[in-house]
Amino acid sequence: MKSGIFSLRTLTALLGGIVPLSLFGIVTFLVVYSWPAVRFNGLGFITQNGWSLGRQYGTPVMVHGQMVLPGAHYGILFLIAGTLLSTAIALAIAIPLGVGAAMFLAEAVSAAARPWISFFVELLAAIPSVVFGLWGYAVVIPFLGRHLFPFMAHWLGFIPFFRGPTGSGYGLLTSGFVLTLMIVPLITSTVRDALVSQPAGFREGSLALGATRFEALWGVLLPNVRRVVIGSSILATGRALGETMAVLMVSGNALNYLPSNIYTPISTMAAFIVSQLDSAMEDPTGMSVRSLAEVALVLCVISVIVNGLASLLIFYQGRRKVAFV
Amino acid sequence: MATFIGEPAALIAQPSRARVLQRGLLNYLGWGLCALSFLLLGGGMVWILVTVFLRGIGALSFTVLTHITQGVGGGLLNAIEGTVLLAFGGILLSAPPGIAAGIYLSEFDDGLLVPIIRFFSDVLVGVPSIVIGYIGYVTLVAWLGWGFSVAAGSIALAIICLPYITRTTELALRQVPRTLREAGLALGITEGRVILHITVPMAMPGMVTGVLLAFAISMGETAPLLYTAGWSNYLWDGRFTHSPIGYLTYAIWAFITEPFSSAHALAYAAALLITLFVLIVGVISRIVLESRRVS
Repeated sequence: MKSGIFSLRTLTALLGGIVPLSLFGIVTFLVVYSWPAVRFNGLGFITQNGWSLGRQYGTPVMVHGQMVLPGAHYGILFLIAGTLLSTAIALAIAIPLGVGAAMFLAEAVSAAARPWISFFVELLAAIPSVVFGLWGYAVVIPFLGRHLFPFMAHWLGFIPFFRGPTGSGYGLLTSGFVLTLMIVPLITSTVRDALVSQPAGFREGSLALGATRFEALWGVLLPNVRRVVIGSSILATGRALGETMAVLMVSGNALNYLPSNIYTPISTMAAFIVSQLDSAMEDPTGMSVRSLAEVALVLCVISVIVNGLASLLIFYQGRRKVAFV
Repeated sequence: MATFIGEPAALIAQPSRARVLQRGLLNYLGWGLCALSFLLLGGGMVWILVTVFLRGIGALSFTVLTHITQGVGGGLLNAIEGTVLLAFGGILLSAPPGIAAGIYLSEFDDGLLVPIIRFFSDVLVGVPSIVIGYIGYVTLVAWLGWGFSVAAGSIALAIICLPYITRTTELALRQVPRTLREAGLALGITEGRVILHITVPMAMPGMVTGVLLAFAISMGETAPLLYTAGWSNYLWDGRFTHSPIGYLTYAIWAFITEPFSSAHALAYAAALLITLFVLIVGVISRIVLESRRVS
């Protein structure tokens, strides 16, 4: 076999090397660029609350070897809480919904209609996130704020976190709802594919033993694809954690406080980068832009861990599915 | 010798009436919940699409398609041009390395770089798009001094597209039967020619689908462009750097929060256009994929 300098092998390896290089570049850049902020903020960055650029026209002072504006303090606990809580709400709704819809598509829809309905579900995964945000902003928020939230606070108020005030409709639960709709198609299409590609023998065997079709699906087929369910849920988690535009438009962009109930405005790490970059650039010492880089680094590390887990799991199941974001 | 105590059928435990009823009820309940999940998912999606289409069609007009933005009114011609331009830029930059990486992963799977490229590609998918936009801003826009520009926006989009193109190319190539490659090699064709003249043409529909999907993703992205491409009310002036450019997704985000009804109309028109673009590209990619099965 030939393998000269200009062989296809070398050529594709060189060009394809851009893929790992770009990720390597991203991570290296974030670490190097945010390093002064990491040193200035210390561990308080993720354990404390309060994002403050300091006094804009004060003389910069030296703290921990870094020049910062007087009174500057960066703690993003409220962002971490907002990100994790909104993702948790989305997952709590999306996993049962997505698996249920996948079971319905795999077993209850006629074979002739299945490709079309599945295609429809997959197309929905392609709707841009800013369109979800527009819908959330213009349609969902008024509906939730005026009708559903007061109703929920009235009937579910005995559960501490569901008690009012219900606010205007921007907030944690709204973000969770919009995120749910964005990640359900991902779970549904992956799980449905896995269910359909199960060997027919499993289904036929359980039916022959007297199981009903639902019992065969629930008791035999679904446990067989549990790795796919877990893997696609983790992928969906990654997408929800990094989602920017839709959350930016419906979360209320809260600053520096933790949610007191499920209707409270929040902000997430990704949305915060968009909403704060403009004002961070006003900081002459550059520390706030670097602290934003630290937010990006924290977000990036969480997402990379989550996606690494998912690809390991799905890899061991022996199937690789294209996640269409 | 064993003696039968009764008829063989009597030896099989008869389920109690209550158990039969319970199973029947659970069966219906299960299917009911599955159907409900599907209806909720479908209902939510139809709600979004109906909202976008109804409000978008009301806002869409000939003026919107042929005029540039003026303040909070006018049209979206600049944004349409920018969306297409940025998406093409992103694809032009990401397709060569993405396809090369896909070919390398599939056809040279004993290669030294294979585990590295595959792992990094899988992880790159998970990097939030706003992080890529932020880095694009700090490095390209501010540090290199390109300013908000087509070049910075396209590079940000290209990094987002890379892992998708890599993965779809690899999957498409892996579906080509091994025997075809062996037949080619048996005829004495070199490895490189087998790939270029047999494997790649066979996998072409799948590869084209992957590139089209990446194109759709590029058109729908907002976060990576906010701080790299900027926004402009004017048509592109032909410069790749130092010249911001408009795009439809920005118009949706920025104009819906304005207090003017003309701005809202532009936001809905932009949402309808971008949704249509993405859905049409999705349908085309499906047709391309299906075309192979027919022939």
